[in-house]
Amino acid sequence: MIDHQLIDTYAREISDEKQTSVITGSAASTEKRYSILHQDYEDPNALRKLAGAIKDHTLHHLDRYLEQAESSLKRNGVQVHFADSGDEAKETVLKILQEREITRLTKSKSMASEEIHLNPYLTENGIECLESDLGEFIIQLDDDVPSHIVRPIIHKNRREIARTFQREGIAADYNDDPETITRRARVFLREKYMQAQAVITGGNFISAESGRIVLVTNEGNSRFGMAPSRVHIALVGIEKIVPTDRDLGVFLNLLGRSATGQQLTVYTEFISGPKDDSQPSGPEEMHVVLMNNGRSDVLESNCREILRCIRCSACQNVCPVYRQASGHAYRATYGGPVGAVLSPLLFGDQFPDLADLPKASSLCGACNEVCPVDIPIPDLLLRLRNKAKQEHIPQPGDVPMSPFATLATSPSLWRTAMTMSKAMNHLPIEVAPVKPLQEWLGQRTLPEWHGGDFRKWLKDRKK
Amino acid sequence: MGTCLCDAFYDDVARATVEVLEHLGVEVIFPENQTCCGQPAFNSGDWNASRKVARHTAGVFAGELPVIVPSGSCAAMNFHGNPLQFEECPDASVDSLAKRTWEVCDFIVNGLGIREWKGSFDKPTRLAFHRSCHSRGTNSGEAIIGLLSSIGRAEVIPFGQSEQCCGFGGTFSVTFPHISGRMGSLKLDHILESQPDILVSGDMSCLMHITGLARVQGRPLEHKHAIQILRDTLA
Repeated sequence: MIDHQLIDTYAREISDEKQTSVITGSAASTEKRYSILHQDYEDPNALRKLAGAIKDHTLHHLDRYLEQAESSLKRNGVQVHFADSGDEAKETVLKILQEREITRLTKSKSMASEEIHLNPYLTENGIECLESDLGEFIIQLDDDVPSHIVRPIIHKNRREIARTFQREGIAADYNDDPETITRRARVFLREKYMQAQAVITGGNFISAESGRIVLVTNEGNSRFGMAPSRVHIALVGIEKIVPTDRDLGVFLNLLGRSATGQQLTVYTEFISGPKDDSQPSGPEEMHVVLMNNGRSDVLESNCREILRCIRCSACQNVCPVYRQASGHAYRATYGGPVGAVLSPLLFGDQFPDLADLPKASSLCGACNEVCPVDIPIPDLLLRLRNKAKQEHIPQPGDVPMSPFATLATSPSLWRTAMTMSKAMNHLPIEVAPVKPLQEWLGQRTLPEWHGGDFRKWLKDRKK
Repeated sequence: MGTCLCDAFYDDVARATVEVLEHLGVEVIFPENQTCCGQPAFNSGDWNASRKVARHTAGVFAGELPVIVPSGSCAAMNFHGNPLQFEECPDASVDSLAKRTWEVCDFIVNGLGIREWKGSFDKPTRLAFHRSCHSRGTNSGEAIIGLLSSIGRAEVIPFGQSEQCCGFGGTFSVTFPHISGRMGSLKLDHILESQPDILVSGDMSCLMHITGLARVQGRPLEHKHAIQILRDTLA
């Protein structure tokens, strides 16, 4: 047995049930994305180029826009905290909660919070933190981790969820009808919303101009969480800033369509600060934690384009490797093409551990083609492969390339090899010179070797 | 530029390229010292090795003539991969090669301005066209579909999930054998479902992978490079 890449081994061992869920779910999302974009826009490509350019501009001037966002947020009555590391972000959140003696809260979906494992941290510190997004709620019940950015439970089917609900006492009996599952979750969650003292959310965008925090959901769970809570904390990566409110038009039109094939998500919230006297409910206090956690290092690297990402998951959905392996195969919060770039970089100390992720791609480029902010993901994967090579991080199945380079720069040697290798046609698979080739040939056949025939034909016809 | 795959396996594709171009009045020169574009080393991350090969190739094709390649993948290596790997150490000859490289059908349609193919099949023929991944974002896919559709008695038929990769990806198929094989089998399922007479592509690497799997699975499939179809249907 030769060493295969970890992700390939993972895909080989994954259960049929899990794989079917991932493949079906992601292929359906790809289909929906394609049809709605092409139905609504004559040239969706132009729109995603524009969105990429806006993000690129913002990242180039991120220091300036962060300052502007900070003062706009403060003007709106929001308290702004900067957290350089994940630990700092967690401590900041905990401090806000402890100072206000908050012990119960709900949380809407946030990849930034997944990235720093906020939930277990708060639980350890005696704070009940309930996930209110249905998918994340199920993940929490199962003590699982999300395998997809937008659909955290894409790897589960309704039978598993029904069993979980029964086991955890959310439901009295087993029922795998999706509507029943949702209704039961709703009954359970609504009670919890009313008891919560605070709500934690992420943030899809923050407009530097107005300080508006934009949240998109399909379940309205962040709104529900906010209504009865005294305190709202939004944990947001520093790359989520956009310059103006006007830019939101571009991104919101692309985000829903790219993520779930919706023109807009069911709920789009624009939050301009804590409640004022004219409003009957809503948080009295609002905090934004702007988290760096490795992003400024990415900004300085030659893969900075990955920070354009708006977490739509279109690249995961379309990626054939992701479909076969699932998000869990990537061993980090972010899986799929975006994760193969972002995870090894963001969790910088771990680069050697995650340096195999950029190899998990046939470089087919489907990810770039669907990316709403036009991230050249294959180029970034290639740069990271080169980085791993330069840092001498060994990888399973690596073939040394210097003999190839010698052959390919020695024309006469090359021509001889082409002709001589004709002998291969008469060899049985078992004696193939290298093991990987043997294995390759187990699944596929090679065409007959015609080395040198074209060159001979050219010469002969000139005579 | 003949490509290493044509050099090793698909001599007829290289022949067809010469024959079609000559038919269109183009004089074809084949520099004897050409080898490979260097993509295997480039994709594996060994850019020291792949830059060496790229410099060799750029030297072999030095000059001002257009460089025509019967492969979207090798062409993209010249005009996309090379600029990427030479970003930090620019090289004028590599840069010049990038600007002069064409995938052959892109050259026929957008270089020579030929939009319709004056040729015909003997009988109605269903063609399934697999757009190779490395021709994403280039004009090659559209050029090939345009040419194929204009052939008499040809019908280019759609098939499911056509945006998906066949799973080859060079060394990818070696280090990810399971995923690669599954990808290829899915591709084959979708193609066969559309019941084509011939599977066509602008890249022999994809065809080699798909039909290599097909033969082992006992589901053989006639396949041709687009340039072979153009030659074979010439009036």
